[in-house]
Amino acid sequence: MVRAEPPSLRHHINNAPADRFFFDRAARVGVAALVAGTSLGDRLAELSGRSVLIATTSQLTSALAILELDGVARRLTILPPDVDRGHLPALIADAEIDAVVIDGEQSAEFANLAAVVACTPNLVPVAQRPPDRFPTEWILLTSGTTGVPKMVVHSLAGLSTAIAFQAETEPVVWGTFYDIRRYGGLQILLRAVMGGASLVLSSAGEPAADHLVRLGRHGVTHLSGTPSHWRRALMSPSISQISPRYVRLSGEIADQPILDALRAAFPRASIGHAYASTEAGVGFAVNDGLAGFPAAYLDGVSNGVQMKVVNGSLRIRSPGNASRYAGSRGATLIDGDGFVDTGDMVERRGDRCFFVGRKGGIINIGGLKVHPEEVEAVINRHPQVHMSLVRPKRSPFTGAIVIADVVLKSPCKRAEDESGVKDDILKLCRGALPRHKVPVAISFVPVLAVAATGKLARRG
Amino acid sequence: MSIKLTIMDQMAQVAREHGKTLAPLNDDLALLDSGLDSLGIAVLVARLEDRLGVDPFTASEEVQFPVTVGDFVKAYENGAR
Repeated sequence: MVRAEPPSLRHHINNAPADRFFFDRAARVGVAALVAGTSLGDRLAELSGRSVLIATTSQLTSALAILELDGVARRLTILPPDVDRGHLPALIADAEIDAVVIDGEQSAEFANLAAVVACTPNLVPVAQRPPDRFPTEWILLTSGTTGVPKMVVHSLAGLSTAIAFQAETEPVVWGTFYDIRRYGGLQILLRAVMGGASLVLSSAGEPAADHLVRLGRHGVTHLSGTPSHWRRALMSPSISQISPRYVRLSGEIADQPILDALRAAFPRASIGHAYASTEAGVGFAVNDGLAGFPAAYLDGVSNGVQMKVVNGSLRIRSPGNASRYAGSRGATLIDGDGFVDTGDMVERRGDRCFFVGRKGGIINIGGLKVHPEEVEAVINRHPQVHMSLVRPKRSPFTGAIVIADVVLKSPCKRAEDESGVKDDILKLCRGALPRHKVPVAISFVPVLAVAATGKLARRG
Repeated sequence: MSIKLTIMDQMAQVAREHGKTLAPLNDDLALLDSGLDSLGIAVLVARLEDRLGVDPFTASEEVQFPVTVGDFVKAYENGAR
């Protein structure tokens, strides 16, 4: 039996009203114009059946290429803007990439590919669009802290499982602070395309305040970002330019202060925080304005999503789960019971569950990840340091900051010596680590707890 | 040193450590236009907790996100009362 595949993404724009647009700072593309026009010049056909890397600098051209190539390309790998270019050869090999879409200068990494195609927001009439032949494989990259990012394989059907359609009485204008080339941002591109909405994207290097002003000018109604993005927006005078009716948070823990601050800033908006990960897909959305999620979510199956907590870590089984990692570097993505371990640690308090951090203690500083061990290794290089423990401290501005507890080999006799050693340690850290990893405060402590495993006790 | 001077002093210090140039400060300047980014402000708040013994932004559950330099200073002046 042949399984019916959902139509390609482009199918959703066939009936787009004439007043729906994709915007960035420099350009505006009519969604309906993409039915008869192409952003890929006369070279669209060359990409048919290929494994295509989308490596444009702008989000707008990435969005256009994604829209035109789903169903046409065999595989689409979406390159986020902040990936180290040094990883490209490994990514190209692992995803068997043989073509690339760019919007700037041709670069040497792509010299051996069969096709290098330019994408532009200046559409030209398409001579003949290649027929849809494939349920295209979508590959998204994880935001790892070190090493080559993992390549996570999805399908359009899986990526869109959490997208439900509500009848909207007024036109919807989506905006996202979150880059559409990451899982959380891609959800917004798909919502806009499938819901027949306009979409306002930021341009590379555009100041956040300018983006807010443009969101206001285009009358954004639905706006999404991480708690860090929102904290930053709330500190901008330009926040008064927008009045969305739906405010969405995802990608980081949404704590009560940020939810309350958004409620105060947008009293009439519906405010929701969603849980999703690149590997597990969308888990759930919470719309009651409270941090955490109802513990009852762990009991049943909702929208095909089943969740459980194993050793404190949230596991999700869902049609939105990625299927596997591409290439050979990835570990097993789905466990024997069909669940994806998210690595996000959950604690139950009464009838509510709260996210308390990452497995392995990874600290998230405004979207940048820190392994405590790498900071401890630097601190421990100081000749007077016996051992150290790096941990997060809550910050309303970045979610968390890094602080360190340090045990010295012998205690300092005078307060001046103590502050001298602190300065020395900080100097060492500043010389060896990017600034978000440098501890903001160092406390000298007599002893650090060691767990039965012989490892530093990191939590509790 | 007054609360305001302590804050200005620490702003300059954090800007130096982060390799940022501090703009000429006045009460109406947007905090994020001061030269410090979100991380810089998070670090500044932690330093000020050390110096002033108070963190007005995590002390209560109700966070007012400061928009201007004046808002920021006022949060400490109110917190110290």
